[in-house]
Amino acid sequence: MPKRIDFTRSLVLGLGGLIAFLGLWYGLSASGIVPPLFLPTPFEVLDRFIDLLDRRFAGATLPAHLAASFERFAYGFLLAAIVGIPLGLLMGWFRILDEIVSPIFDGLRFIAPIAWVPFAALWFGTGIGGPILIIFAGAFPPCVINAYRGAKFVDPRLIEAANMLGTPNRRVITEILLPASVPSIISGLRVSAGLGWQSLVGAELIVASTGVGYMMVQGQANLSTTTVMSGMIAIGLVGLALDTALRFAERLIERRRGMET
Amino acid sequence: MGVIRFDNVGRVFGSKAKPFVALKDINLEVSNKEFVAIVGPSGCGKTTCLRLVAGFDFPSSGRVLVDETEIRRPRPERAVVFQQFALFPWKTVYANIELGLRNQNVARAEREDRIRQILELMNLEPYRDHFPHQLSGGMQQRVAIARAYVLDPEVLLMDEPFGALDAQTRVVMQEELVRLARRNPRTVLFITHAVEEAVYLADRVAIMTRAPGRIKEVLDVRSIREAEKWDSYEKIEDVMDLESFVHLRTHIWRSLREEKAAAAA
Repeated sequence: MPKRIDFTRSLVLGLGGLIAFLGLWYGLSASGIVPPLFLPTPFEVLDRFIDLLDRRFAGATLPAHLAASFERFAYGFLLAAIVGIPLGLLMGWFRILDEIVSPIFDGLRFIAPIAWVPFAALWFGTGIGGPILIIFAGAFPPCVINAYRGAKFVDPRLIEAANMLGTPNRRVITEILLPASVPSIISGLRVSAGLGWQSLVGAELIVASTGVGYMMVQGQANLSTTTVMSGMIAIGLVGLALDTALRFAERLIERRRGMET
Repeated sequence: MGVIRFDNVGRVFGSKAKPFVALKDINLEVSNKEFVAIVGPSGCGKTTCLRLVAGFDFPSSGRVLVDETEIRRPRPERAVVFQQFALFPWKTVYANIELGLRNQNVARAEREDRIRQILELMNLEPYRDHFPHQLSGGMQQRVAIARAYVLDPEVLLMDEPFGALDAQTRVVMQEELVRLARRNPRTVLFITHAVEEAVYLADRVAIMTRAPGRIKEVLDVRSIREAEKWDSYEKIEDVMDLESFVHLRTHIWRSLREEKAAAAA
């Protein structure tokens, strides 16, 4: 059973790496090489993390901050998927749309999501619209690009088969292009979720009065590095959970299609 | 009706500076309900011929006509069976076969009826809710044939349909296709590089030259089949043993070998 050995091996190596990392961190801060205010020990951070689970800081507990962040993220991410996936598919199918949209899109997508912060603040103040705009700016491009690629690289024989069966355009898009692009779209969503979730914290650092990012800024203002690090850990864990969920969806679909490797 | 006519057809690929002549002066007529196989060395343009009739590609010169109308786009009346099956992997066997009927706005009850009949005919009933990847190659190709046949097309275009199958499955499929074609005759254009297959299945066999592809000769198999009563034999190997079959096969082999030698020269 080589598969099982591989799994045990990666588990051992992964855990080993983690322990080494925590050890180095602990060594640096506990020995005083780095002043404790600059770098708290892992145990202090863990203490603070657990503490924040039911103690309010900057107006809310850590789970409540996370929930506020996640709500914004969900809106921005869903909006990006709802607009981006159909746009990408249509660009992949209608050449004229590709030619019109691509130059604008290719220019805009190089603007870092955080660069939208001034406009987010100007247009939406500290309302929910600002963070959503910034998350959208992060999550939108991978949605479009992967749906577009999915549609562009559909096996041409499947398109020919659909045409030969007299399938109207609308149905080719919904029943051929869309399902054929699903694997590509899902991996796009994984990238999207990652970028969106990253952008979120950036957005909250500036234009929000709740959320993990806001909590971290308040932590910094109070010289509470353990709070900042607890926020970082929470962000990392939620990001990991999101990615795992989407990867699971990816596998499920591949298995259903018989593309398992 | 379903009469295919190639009228001085030429097809040139590539750029103006570096043209590649795939087809030249193709003239061929396939009558209604006739089964014509095109054989030729690989790269001779036989698949291009089929794609022109399907409406996937268009001639650079001359015309391809079905019932005296020039072909402008793919139509369900000209159903295609592809070498690599081209089934929709996310649709079940039933849904694959159903798509063409839905496109023609056939009512649900009638769709079910027609699909049930074709599934029965192709021995596919137990697999109606399977996905293509759960089926063997032979089964997948059966689904593809069912998907084409269920539309009751005037013309059936088969592009090396058994090329991707193993030898045993291939023989079974050839026997089944003969059964299907005799019972439910259609105009068939069948592309293959397997000489035995062409002789066993077709009414006429057209031999193509290497590129630029032309029709070198057209052999009448049907008159020989009927004179020698091939259809009274149930198994393909019995037919393949007949002197008349061997004679035809050898003739085609020689003709193709000349082409190969010319290509090597």
